[in-house]
Amino acid sequence: MSANSAQSFGQAEAASKAGSATPIIEIVDLQKWFGSFQALKNINLTVKTGERIVICGPSGSGKSTLIRCINRLEEYQDGRLLVDGIDLSAGTKNIDAVRAEVGMVFQQFNLFPHLTVVENCMLAPMKVRRANKNEARDTAMKYLTRVRIPDQADKYPAQLSGGQQQRVAIARALCMSPKIMLFDEPTSALDPEMVKEVLETMIGLANDGMTMLCVTHEMGFARQVADRVIFMDQGEIVEQGEPHSFFANPQNERTRGFLGQILH
Amino acid sequence: MIRQFGLNEALFILSGIQATIALSLIAFAGGGLFGFVVALLRTAENKAVRRLAAAYIDFFQGTPLLMQLFLVFYGLPAFGVQVNQWVAVAIGLTLHASAFLGEIWRGSIQAVPLGQTEAARALGLHYKDRLVSVILPQAVRLSIAPTVGFLVQLIKGTSLAAIIGFVELSRSAQIVASTTYKPLLAYGLVAIFYFVLCFPLSRLSAMAERRLSVSR
Repeated sequence: MSANSAQSFGQAEAASKAGSATPIIEIVDLQKWFGSFQALKNINLTVKTGERIVICGPSGSGKSTLIRCINRLEEYQDGRLLVDGIDLSAGTKNIDAVRAEVGMVFQQFNLFPHLTVVENCMLAPMKVRRANKNEARDTAMKYLTRVRIPDQADKYPAQLSGGQQQRVAIARALCMSPKIMLFDEPTSALDPEMVKEVLETMIGLANDGMTMLCVTHEMGFARQVADRVIFMDQGEIVEQGEPHSFFANPQNERTRGFLGQILH
Repeated sequence: MIRQFGLNEALFILSGIQATIALSLIAFAGGGLFGFVVALLRTAENKAVRRLAAAYIDFFQGTPLLMQLFLVFYGLPAFGVQVNQWVAVAIGLTLHASAFLGEIWRGSIQAVPLGQTEAARALGLHYKDRLVSVILPQAVRLSIAPTVGFLVQLIKGTSLAAIIGFVELSRSAQIVASTTYKPLLAYGLVAIFYFVLCFPLSRLSAMAERRLSVSR
């Protein structure tokens, strides 16, 4: 299996991405507390359409919390967050509409265990997009084929390996044709031999121009596909830059310490 | 005059089963319907709503069914609301069963991993679709055993309706026992009748659990 085999998730998106510099996510002075603990401090981040961002940092640094704010799985207390022009600060009225445009892949997969693989992929398009059963099934099979597990469509999640389950989770999110994909440590719960198949799927997605925010410690992935690497520590964005300079020449002491630990 | 314990006496006891079944069905239906609402309120996003539902559950779990039936039967007339036996017992059993079933189902809903709700939210599913398509199918499986356990308790609990005038299984046995002076026979028979009502339910529950667990 080569990295190329997972390609062509949507060439049209790739084409539109090159010339476009419109911000699809705008985060301004975001503050988030869990009780008295401040999980996010003064986060400012602008993401352009088609941009691929990798967020890394020690555990508890707020990186997962940050991307979970983007689809409002976490609420924040202060600041502004705009997704595709919709202000999430203004209340929860539009939240389901925003969530339909933002796909998310979780560390623990979170597939629905009572539904088959293809039903997992069909549920949201049918309920949210009002697709009929045949359309939803066609879409589901299209993306299951792209993550290379169409033959598992009628199995239940528990019958699949971790890597397969995570690829189903990616397909399930893609079935909603999201404008943004969020990955929350997608390979951290996987056995080592299954990390590659999931990363290859993500690389294919990146090559097709999907706007992606990935919380991951897979620095090889970051080097290969990221436009920008962000390092977070203690709820702050400490440093960011394009992968080459970020890895070769980190400016901040904390970044150097962290990279020293994970790059062995 | 002491009567002999014959077929007529046995049939008289058996006739009490009608009231027991009717009372049980009322309690299941009323308790199930309102219990579902209680469970939803108990797991609502609004904190005040959750607290209110919790207080409701605490009250009915913390007081005896006997007293709840008394309160409805004698309490409503005190407020000028005249109720007949059936209405009183229907209200009493419904309140009681809805609190217990609400709490059982609250537990089942919350036993579904949080990641399931998060995944459903992340896909843009609305509250109703999250509930109907994702949470409830998983919660139902978890709730079968405790639900049936409570329903069996409820069938037996309907015997308390005797004190506001119902002649159901227990009361009919009591009548026969006092006229024939054969309490062991009368109560032994009624125990068998209760067992015949309750045992199939327990078996049905075990079967349903096996069937629904296939997808895991």
